[in-house]
Amino acid sequence: MVTSLINSEKRQVSIQVKNISKRFKTRKNITEALTNVSVDVKEGEFFCIVGPSGCGKTTLLRILAGLEEQTDGEIILSWHNPERPLSTMVFQEQSAYPWLTVEQNVEYGLRLRKVPKSMRRQITQEWIEKVGLQGFEHHYPGQLSGGMKQRVAIARAFANDPEILLMDEPFANLDEQTKILMQQELIHIWEGNRKTVVFITHSIDEAIMMGDRIMMLTAHPGRVKQVFDIDLPRPRNIAEIRANPHFAELFTGIWGLLKIEVENARIQNGH
Amino acid sequence: MAQAFEPPAMPANAHQVVRAPGAVTGIKQSRLSKATRDRILQIGSPLGLLALWEVIVLAGMVNSRFLPAPTQIIGSFWNLASTGLLYLDLKASLYRILMGFVIGVVPGMVIGLSMGLFPIVRTIFDPVVSATYPIPKLALLPLFMLIFGLGNLEMILVIASGAIYLVLINTAAGVLEISQIYWDVAKDLGASWWDRFTTVALPGALPLIFTGLKLSIGMAVLLIVAAESDGANHGVGFLIWRAYDIYDIKQMYVAFVLLSLMGYVFTVVLNEIERWLVKWRNV
Ligand SMILES: Nc1ncnc2c1ncn2[C@@H]1O[C@H](COP(=O)(O)OP(=O)(O)OP(=O)(O)O)[C@@H](O)[C@H]1O
Ligand SMILES: [Mg+2]
Repeated sequence: MVTSLINSEKRQVSIQVKNISKRFKTRKNITEALTNVSVDVKEGEFFCIVGPSGCGKTTLLRILAGLEEQTDGEIILSWHNPERPLSTMVFQEQSAYPWLTVEQNVEYGLRLRKVPKSMRRQITQEWIEKVGLQGFEHHYPGQLSGGMKQRVAIARAFANDPEILLMDEPFANLDEQTKILMQQELIHIWEGNRKTVVFITHSIDEAIMMGDRIMMLTAHPGRVKQVFDIDLPRPRNIAEIRANPHFAELFTGIWGLLKIEVENARIQNGH
Repeated sequence: MAQAFEPPAMPANAHQVVRAPGAVTGIKQSRLSKATRDRILQIGSPLGLLALWEVIVLAGMVNSRFLPAPTQIIGSFWNLASTGLLYLDLKASLYRILMGFVIGVVPGMVIGLSMGLFPIVRTIFDPVVSATYPIPKLALLPLFMLIFGLGNLEMILVIASGAIYLVLINTAAGVLEISQIYWDVAKDLGASWWDRFTTVALPGALPLIFTGLKLSIGMAVLLIVAAESDGANHGVGFLIWRAYDIYDIKQMYVAFVLLSLMGYVFTVVLNEIERWLVKWRNV
């Protein structure tokens, strides 16, 4: 068995999150979304975030992307090659532009960066095929299913080739079969290029299958509950990894803690 | 011996529901595509109305002096057309309408897009637009006549002032209606303000921009008639007043028909351009 587990302690830090807090102020009230979150994501790490709904996962990712500003704290990102974009996000909700075709959507980031057309087309075609949308290049999102639209957004982010990929429940809207294929494809791609990935998911299974580490946030407002090391060997295979006895151990451990937080979230919501 | 399975008999009040093509949409599947059928209906409905009108007049149900039959109007139309007057009237009005339309619509779109895109522009223009929008555009005609004298310019500017608001307001609303997620994606992928202007604001607002354009061209036809009542010596509006002076009601109807035809042709042209530009809406 090939074990290519990289000792995460020795790698450089890609994202430093230092005491991040976020409060949303509206006219009526203040929502505390994140409290004092600190964590280091290493270079080339597949870093998963889990936590109950509404705990601030998306908020944290948006702060990392620079789409939202933290109220307190600091984020330090290392950017090695300014030719490439620093980070690109796959959003949780439907985000393919309805007025662009599949092809135009996928190449949008490249077009904004003025990548020459021939190169753009080649990269775009490659990703359209990887997400299984060949034949739909000239369709508009209005002609696609929900899962296909999500794959357009995934291809758009990957085609942009950033140093850091920020993925917010990218597979949540996919059907089970496509999800497994996309998970396998993502692992395969990632094991090939070792980008830094921050990956939000509500599925513990998915987090264990994909991740090097999993950060669990507490129920609203989000604090770091615990960070788990996923010391399963790579390359990983979605079909086989569940059979690994260690998988079940990890699952039980993580679920035990997450269950408490999910229950706390439900109590907060008055269930 | 085992008894053969008998399906239970259907209760007397049971019935079957059939879902077949056409059963859901109510449209029978036919050789005509939906688009072709719609176009036939669009052309057919005014023709049907004309036929009904002819029948009503011929049957003597109305006084034909005040409501001449379509065939009588066509006769009057040929008379006017053969003298070349009609051509001059039509040309003069079309020129004013199209010039006014362009002069109004272009800045209307630019300001509307900027208002939608930049809160600061919105803050500056909102009060100005709200305060000046209710001024009847025709009330500006005497002012423009004093400033620019009698000619075409004052009429063109009245039409432009009507068009600019409708396009501006609809365009700004169109931009504001674009979901936040599309701005987020653009920002995440490093779009400049110009990129956001051209790749998000403009395409996203296009459906409402077209609403504004269609309202504007209708407004232009309304305004031209009133604007041409004074100072013009050619124009479809002027034709109406000339007919009034010589008490030729048939000629008036020629003008009415021309106006409605103009409005109709403009709308059809704009609809076609819209179908072509906003492809993603009707795929
Ligand atoms: N723009 C905003 N204005 C006010 N409150 C917000 C805003 N965005 C998020 N929040 C609040 O911040 C908290 C965290 O929201 P967030 O979207 O980060 O949760 P999440 O962990 O991603 O949840 P989910 O798993 O359901 O996607 C929630 O209580 C939410 O109501
Ligand atoms: Mg979320």
